[in-house]
Amino acid sequence: MTTFNFIVTVWLGILMLAAAVFAVVTKKVLSAIIAAGVVSLLASVIYLLLASPDVAMTEAAIGSGLTTVVFLYAYRRMKSDKEDRK
Amino acid sequence: MITRILAFLAVIGLAFMLLPLIHEVLPMQELSPVAGNYVVKGPDELGAQNIVTSVVVTYRGLDTLGEVTVLFIATAGVGFLLGRKKEKKNKRKSSEILQTGASFLIALIFLYGIYVFVHGHLTPGGGFQGGVVIATGILLIMLSEVNMKFNHKLLHLVESVSGVGYVVLGILGLLLASTAAGLGDGFLNNRFLSMGTYGQLFSAGAIPLIYSLVGLKVGSELTGILDNMQE
Amino acid sequence: MNVTTLFGAILLIIGTWAMLTHKNLIRIIIGFSLMDTGIHVIMVSVGYIDGRTAPILDQAVNKAEALYRVVDPIPSALVLTAIVIGLAVTALMLSYAIRMYQKGKSLSIDDYQETKW
Repeated sequence: MTTFNFIVTVWLGILMLAAAVFAVVTKKVLSAIIAAGVVSLLASVIYLLLASPDVAMTEAAIGSGLTTVVFLYAYRRMKSDKEDRK
Repeated sequence: MITRILAFLAVIGLAFMLLPLIHEVLPMQELSPVAGNYVVKGPDELGAQNIVTSVVVTYRGLDTLGEVTVLFIATAGVGFLLGRKKEKKNKRKSSEILQTGASFLIALIFLYGIYVFVHGHLTPGGGFQGGVVIATGILLIMLSEVNMKFNHKLLHLVESVSGVGYVVLGILGLLLASTAAGLGDGFLNNRFLSMGTYGQLFSAGAIPLIYSLVGLKVGSELTGILDNMQE
Repeated sequence: MNVTTLFGAILLIIGTWAMLTHKNLIRIIIGFSLMDTGIHVIMVSVGYIDGRTAPILDQAVNKAEALYRVVDPIPSALVLTAIVIGLAVTALMLSYAIRMYQKGKSLSIDDYQETKW
């Protein structure tokens, strides 16, 4: 792995973890769904840097596309914007 | 509060279990013998350029059949839980921009999906990715034509025919495949069709056919999930 | 160790924490989805070999030298199918959550006492 690729990988990983922490701590369910989609999108770029283009294609299409849509359909059916009760 | 302390302890325990992964597992320097065998012998035995495809479709083909079965059962579960009711209500029509853009893009998206799963043995991609791209195109139709009704019979027909075709191709491999390359007969062997020229579209025996059927099956099952999840 | 293994492990821990502490059904399923992604990142990064390229043979990587030029194809093949199964299982969990909401009119897991022993 060249130095440039290493720096890009570390930067994408930090962004991915930040998006994951945001998905866990945010109060709004809608923001959490979108942040989980962002985690998948960044993970797919990491797969590409790890020399697995097949996995990267699958993750980009499923993880950030269809999973987010399935979550949004379920969210719309429940139509409840209640916050977590701690 | 006590729940959060217990959860914290559980997470710390999980972190300890993952610790050997960080400091004891060294990065691989060489391919393992099994993987090396697949990489060296795969192109000659199966004729596929993409080694991942030859592992998914042929060397570990029985695994893939099991995974497609799990996908089918999960889809059936979603249909069982959400399938009834469907009271008809008039939804708001989608916007003009979305309708025009969708009518232009849908054909291109389907063409791309078919390209991805037909070329699975040559380039990155294959049945799973192509099927998902096709399901994404159907999602675009669902968003632009809100009052459209699905033809469920056609969907079930595509799903069953591709599933049965997959198993039939596997059994044909068991019965017909030649043992020329020292590769015994086996379930999902791809050598009963002509191997063609290495690197061309019509090559690698039955791999493009098997992967196209997997693509149709994955696409129709994900369409079923989306249709059931939609209100 | 690869640095990506560390990222995958942290993602797995974050997902587990979210599953254990949240009360909202959708947020629990989001935690499961994060955990899924973490496991996939770990598996792919274990199969990576430094300085090698994707397991697809063409003019750049010919058959003779492939053994010393490509990464391990088996984790890629496993993760490829696992991602599709992950979507189907997530959809199944969400449809259970929708049915529970239709029966009990609540998303908080504390309101479903009959599931406790």
